[in-house]
Amino acid sequence: MAVVPKINVGDDYREKYGFFDPEKFTFKAKRGLTPEVVKEISWMKSEPEWMTKFRLRSLEIFRKKPMPNWGADLSHIDFENIFYFLRASEKPGKTWDEVPADVKRTFDRLGIPEAERKFLAGVSAQYESEVVYHSLHKELSDKGVIFLDTDSGLREHPELFKEYFGTVIPPADNKFSALNSAVWSGGSFIYVPKGVRVDIPLQAYFRINAENMGQFERTLIICDEGSFVHYIEGCTAPMYTTDSLHSAVVEIIVKKGARCRYTTIQNWSTNVYNLVTKRAVAYADATMEWVDGNLGSQVTMKYPSVYMMEPGAKGDVLSVAFAGKGQHQDAGAKMVHVAPNTTSTITSKSISKAGGRTTYRGLVKVYPQAENCKSFVKCDALLLDAESRSDTYPYNEVEAENVTLGHEATVSKVSDEQLFYLMSRGIPLAEAETMIVNGFIEPFTKELPLEYAVELNRLIQLEMEGSVG
Amino acid sequence: MADLEIRDLRVSVEGREILKGVSLDVSKGEVHAVMGPNGSGKSTLSQTLLGHPGYKVEGGRVRFKGQDILELTPDARSRLGLFLALQYPIVVPGITMNNFLRTALNAHRGYDGKDKSKSVSPKEFRTLVEPYLETLRIDRTFLSRYINEGFSGGEKKRAEILQMAVLQPEMAVLDETDSGLDIDSIKYVSEAINKMRGPELGVLMITHYTRILQFIKPDYVHVMVAGQVVESGGAEVADRLEREGYAQWGEEVA
Ligand SMILES: Nc1ncnc2c1ncn2[C@@H]1O[C@H](COP(=O)(O)OP(=O)(O)O)[C@@H](O)[C@H]1O
Ligand SMILES: [Mg+2]
Repeated sequence: MAVVPKINVGDDYREKYGFFDPEKFTFKAKRGLTPEVVKEISWMKSEPEWMTKFRLRSLEIFRKKPMPNWGADLSHIDFENIFYFLRASEKPGKTWDEVPADVKRTFDRLGIPEAERKFLAGVSAQYESEVVYHSLHKELSDKGVIFLDTDSGLREHPELFKEYFGTVIPPADNKFSALNSAVWSGGSFIYVPKGVRVDIPLQAYFRINAENMGQFERTLIICDEGSFVHYIEGCTAPMYTTDSLHSAVVEIIVKKGARCRYTTIQNWSTNVYNLVTKRAVAYADATMEWVDGNLGSQVTMKYPSVYMMEPGAKGDVLSVAFAGKGQHQDAGAKMVHVAPNTTSTITSKSISKAGGRTTYRGLVKVYPQAENCKSFVKCDALLLDAESRSDTYPYNEVEAENVTLGHEATVSKVSDEQLFYLMSRGIPLAEAETMIVNGFIEPFTKELPLEYAVELNRLIQLEMEGSVG
Repeated sequence: MADLEIRDLRVSVEGREILKGVSLDVSKGEVHAVMGPNGSGKSTLSQTLLGHPGYKVEGGRVRFKGQDILELTPDARSRLGLFLALQYPIVVPGITMNNFLRTALNAHRGYDGKDKSKSVSPKEFRTLVEPYLETLRIDRTFLSRYINEGFSGGEKKRAEILQMAVLQPEMAVLDETDSGLDIDSIKYVSEAINKMRGPELGVLMITHYTRILQFIKPDYVHVMVAGQVVESGGAEVADRLEREGYAQWGEEVA
């Protein structure tokens, strides 16, 4: 077959995203997880007492909860070997000049300020445990839009914060939501007032730099009635030989007639355990859309969910997972129909390569009172070679009448006929394969703003180049 | 020496010998028609010429512009100037025709994503494509549709010829481009091919029926039966075929 230059995707990741800066910090908690560390985090942030108590209670819950015995293999995580809090900058900068120089350089290399100038309405940049830079277009703040890091959210909007925080995902939801609730730091706090439409996206970028770091951002988004927001998150980390842990909690409240779109392009290095709980509640005629792209990481377990609480609510999950060598992407969605006349769709696309493993795990639950609901689930898996693996676990729990459920699942290989066709037009094998893979995830890509679509196609290309030769 | 030399080519599919020693010479500037009944091996020949991995060459050789091409991958053959319009064009979801055509053209130009000066500009692309969109009566919106997805049979065939027009091959193998086309579509396709015809293009036109030969006059006609070329000559061979069918070469079917 054609001679294709060998590119090691690991090396390329190293160059593009995997660089690291020498650790400079203003405060670093000692390794391991104890009530003292938790209290110290809370103290460093000058939090109100209720939050300190909330954290300590959550730590107790974390301790008591067993590790999940399903999903990916988590037995190698050593909770005592992780740094739970690292402060890189005293407070979030409002201009990039206020950000420590080497941290700013990192975000420059990642193209964040440039993206901000070109096509974003607001940017949050988190480095290790806290947000180091924050901006929001003035028109939006004038309209009452709040876009802050979550620590500032607690400080500056205590009532709003307390009303919603922890209501969608309580600490006891699962072991990792308990962990996050104990040691959370950073993340985004967003409030969009009634009827306000934020037409250009807000973006948060999460960067882990230090080795053995744990990043536990906490995001809370409240879309008031009839509002709209599109929030985008991206993330990367250096390649270390030891593990890092990223365990976020994202809570979203979408009120009557509002719409929220939450887009993730995750690209963690392959030493990161990514264990994230994401959940939204949608009220009457509200729409919640999760657009979830999972590349990178060693293990991802993530099942964005939507609780449709009132008639007319709509939930959408559109996800892509790419698992290469040594990676396991255990991802899916959870749709909970609490009210009648609610609708959900789940579209999951997965690609497994070089022994990588993808799992779709999904739940559609319809409560007895939730009549006339519709749900459609579509899972497509693409296997690039015989060593790779894909599994599908769709669960349905339907207790209501008149429910329309659809499910479709396909597993395919890159077809020889398609490859031949593209190659017969002069396109080399590797490029043809990448095109077919990008074509496969096109239903996902076309939902992204152009710049992110281009970026995603490029990331896929990097992942693919690692596989051919 | 002909630009495309096929010598004693023997090809098997899944262990069964289909081509049993085929020889043909096609030079640039010439149009050759290869006619034969269904199952005689015409598509086997066309796919083998472009290097489809499902077809195993058991013997013989194929030279194009003096180079042995049987060891080359399909993409290398394409870049050397060979083109195949498939009998059954393939659907590839998620890739727009536009992206497909441009990527193919860039590959021909040696653009590997780095040296931008080698990549085709949007303007140049338009000047290449637009006249043929018109000739082939392909709506411009086709370019933003996915490769052959939801295309009718005739649209697929016309899209093949559009690809040919963009890549400007030196040797084009057209595998039953006329099959399944209504008379209007045959005219459009013929018009496009005639427009490309010239001293820099050789055509190997595979067909089952004589109908298209009214529109594209071949210089030579070959008859293929059961994996062998049984007759070669000028246009008069097609006339005889038209009158008497394939039976004269021991074939029942027409
Ligand atoms: N991909 C294939 N798999 C199995 N058999 C094939 C394949 N391609 C061709 N054949 C067989 O080879 C013979 C010749 O087919 P083909 O070359 O398609 O003929 P034609 O194009 O002249 O109709 C037929 O018997 C056909 O069944
Ligand atoms: Mg055929």
